[in-house]
Amino acid sequence: MIEVNKNKCLRCGGCISLCAVSALMLTEHGIKCDINKCVNCEACVRFCPVDALKIKDE
Amino acid sequence: MLMKNEYDAVVIGGGPAGSGAATAAAKNGLRVLMIEKRAEIGSPKRCGEGLSKSAAERMGIKESDPAWVCQNIKGATVYAPNGKFARVDFPDSEGWVIERKIFDKNLARKAAEAGATVVSKTEAISLLKENDKIIGVRIKHQDEEMDVKAKIIIAADGVESKIAREAGINTTLKHEDIASAAQYEMANVDVDQDRLELYFGNEIAGGGYVWIFPKGGKNANVGIGVRKPFAKRKAIEYLNDFINSHENLKKGSIIEFNTGGVPVGAIMKNMVTDNFIVAGDAAHQVNPIHGGGISESYVGGRIAGEIAAEAIKKDNTSKEFLSKYNDIWWNERGEKLQKIEKLRKVVESLKDDDLNWLADHLKGEDLVELSKANKFKFLAEIMMKRPSLLLLARKLI
Repeated sequence: MIEVNKNKCLRCGGCISLCAVSALMLTEHGIKCDINKCVNCEACVRFCPVDALKIKDE
Repeated sequence: MLMKNEYDAVVIGGGPAGSGAATAAAKNGLRVLMIEKRAEIGSPKRCGEGLSKSAAERMGIKESDPAWVCQNIKGATVYAPNGKFARVDFPDSEGWVIERKIFDKNLARKAAEAGATVVSKTEAISLLKENDKIIGVRIKHQDEEMDVKAKIIIAADGVESKIAREAGINTTLKHEDIASAAQYEMANVDVDQDRLELYFGNEIAGGGYVWIFPKGGKNANVGIGVRKPFAKRKAIEYLNDFINSHENLKKGSIIEFNTGGVPVGAIMKNMVTDNFIVAGDAAHQVNPIHGGGISESYVGGRIAGEIAAEAIKKDNTSKEFLSKYNDIWWNERGEKLQKIEKLRKVVESLKDDDLNWLADHLKGEDLVELSKANKFKFLAEIMMKRPSLLLLARKLI
């Protein structure tokens, strides 16, 4: 599960293109992660230009 | 409400690819709807905003418009990691640094004038299917959802495209094929207003480069693209370090901040399925060596729009017929971009020592030609003079 730091995220959506399981979505409230799809691969975390994403411990 | 319940074609996304598609489709007689999820077309940009005259010509733009030209560009200065630079004048192909917010809106206006209906703050929620066949798209305009039927959907919804995946076309990118980019619009900076500046080096921008694109007066678009396999830090960290180590930038102010993902490879063989076409960033139609995609997107969109019109006239919107779009695009742009991707793979393997050495052996003009997929053999021959680059050089031929 990905946690988004809304203070850092600019909603550019670049992370979505790396998500192999289509777990990320750009909504009007920012990037949302679907907990049922996310496999914690961290591709989006590593991509994010501003370090706004991290894996959330469940 | 401006929208009808049925169109020949719905174009998802109001960037250059969407406007290129909507304009071409409407000009060729289709009833077209183009939707943009954001409230304002052209904003936020995710771009360095450089546009060469030759790229503009490919888009059918013959004259520049003062409304979107921020600065005329006469050339470029390319810096090696050790600070050595190659300066180049663009003799017949100068260009501009443009204001995307105005430029993109103008492209959308052209689509509207050609007859397309353009609506912003309207997003695609999901594809409508009947017996597995795409028959339209569910959209959300402000807070109102509605179903719009269409014979063809053109997905020009950018790097974050999910619609193409829903149609069964896998557009997922690997780290090596997408640059992680950050960009500031800076004021009160002292930069060369006649030239683009590009800075290369693994410590400066792992797997990418820093750009300073002048925007007139004391303004500049300053940004960076890096790629994860090569970058040790975040794009924004590299960029801030770069600015802080350059006095002419450090004293400046930041009046805008953007981030983005820029596809720089994974050129797609197939970009269609029944009743569906993908174009622009969503189809990775970007120059892999510098990440420029304004004209690539527009041209990809234009071809998509033309083929959509032909398909609907012939009442054949099958994958087989639409694959003509693949053929034409590959012939016009794809072959070239794939060749440039090869160059990207060579450049990304170079160590800083190699880049410094090459800076002594290449002229600015050579770099311009290389970015257009020319003179690969020439570069290979130079690289072969350096034993450590011998194997890499062979990849160019």
